[in-house]
Amino acid sequence: MIDLQGYGPRLLQGAWVTIELGLLSLLLSIILGLLTATAKMSRSWIAHRLGTLYTTLIRGVPDLVLMMLLFFGGQIGVNMITDWLYYQFDIDIFININEFVAGVVTIGLIFGAYMGETFRGAFLAVDSGQIEAARAYGMSESLMFRRVRFPQMMRHALPGLSNNWMVLLKTTALVSVIGLTDMVRVAEEATKATHEPFTFLIPVAVIYLLIASVSEWGFARLQKRYNVGFGES
Amino acid sequence: MEQLNAWFTRLLADNEIFTAQTIGYYAHGLANTAQLVLLSLLIGLMLAVPLAIGRSSSRPWVKWPIFLYTYVFRGTPLLIQLYIIYYGVVFVDGIQDTWLWLILEKPFYPALIAFTLNTAAYTTEIFRGAIKATPKGEIEAARAYGMSQAKMLRRIVLPSAFRRALPAYGNEVIFMLHASAIASVVTIMDLTGAARFVYARFYAPFDAFLFVAAIYLCLTFGILYLFRYLEKRLLAHLKPQT
Repeated sequence: MIDLQGYGPRLLQGAWVTIELGLLSLLLSIILGLLTATAKMSRSWIAHRLGTLYTTLIRGVPDLVLMMLLFFGGQIGVNMITDWLYYQFDIDIFININEFVAGVVTIGLIFGAYMGETFRGAFLAVDSGQIEAARAYGMSESLMFRRVRFPQMMRHALPGLSNNWMVLLKTTALVSVIGLTDMVRVAEEATKATHEPFTFLIPVAVIYLLIASVSEWGFARLQKRYNVGFGES
Repeated sequence: MEQLNAWFTRLLADNEIFTAQTIGYYAHGLANTAQLVLLSLLIGLMLAVPLAIGRSSSRPWVKWPIFLYTYVFRGTPLLIQLYIIYYGVVFVDGIQDTWLWLILEKPFYPALIAFTLNTAAYTTEIFRGAIKATPKGEIEAARAYGMSQAKMLRRIVLPSAFRRALPAYGNEVIFMLHASAIASVVTIMDLTGAARFVYARFYAPFDAFLFVAAIYLCLTFGILYLFRYLEKRLLAHLKPQT
């Protein structure tokens, strides 16, 4: 067994931070992705343009740069708004941006753009006869979304979704650069303290591989579930 | 040149952040980023072609080690790979006394090694997919002509596989450009490094990072249009006939 020199518990805590961060930002990115896909498919000219602008800008800039912009700029931006509120309306509030929340918001915002593209393609792949049938049954838009469009869209979206999740998981490592204590950060600190890089960094790499393998298995099961009624494919 | 200089001075007269000096940092960063990305892509490409051929081989002792390599490098964050190589090199006892230290002393080379191995893994998988998608008829025709395995690869399989891989490879190039931003973590003055320096010096996150984001955006669009042009030229035979 490898000697983690007392860093074991902290490494596990870091792993938990990574998993939490990954899952929460996945949730946020799915919500944002659904909104973006809807905006991009809408007949409204402004919504379409806004959706396109969002996906283009986010996908054209490195994750780390966006993260630093939102992380370092976020607090200053919030302070500016609260200062303005104070001078204009005499409302005195102070909002301190929590690192974890900032991390979730940034990663969610970045991957919302990728999810938007995935979902848009998937929504367009749903057979239009299904939607016509739902209309003919007199379903409302929300009921139709819940019972027809969403379940059938997921079948097409899952491969892209699982791909995005794998990239997202690896992107969470970047939060260590801006001060969140995930497992990469713990491993880096331990490396600097003990001068033994492989003892800490290789276990962290193995944990990433493990999470990836488990999610691959999970996505395969989901795919099977959403493929019900379509045979093997 | 002097006119350009004068124009710059006038343009930048009213702000404290974007002086000729900081613009110089960004230019230096751009040069570093371009070097790092282009070199790693080039070496990675040269590694990926034989690896992809090996990965498509039917011999298990050729196929599985390459699969393991691509699985590990695609399944872990690039940052971890960078740390392992960077710190691994720095903290290994005795390496400081050998000739290798002359090269590895600068953070540029560990970063280059990490980026190269990473992009080689992704590119291998892209090429493997393209090789696997070769139409069976083409291979049968090559066999019927009595071509040797090597000749068939050279004349039939690889040329069409490269074409099929082009769109996915374009994505990989953009991915690599964006991934190179983490070079700044190991003290390399790349584009992001320059932005971090300007941020730290003036405490102006919006100016520093929005400017660098705009540069990255331009580079991304440049690559996008280059590959679109290449696809138009090289994949013309696949376009729907009208």
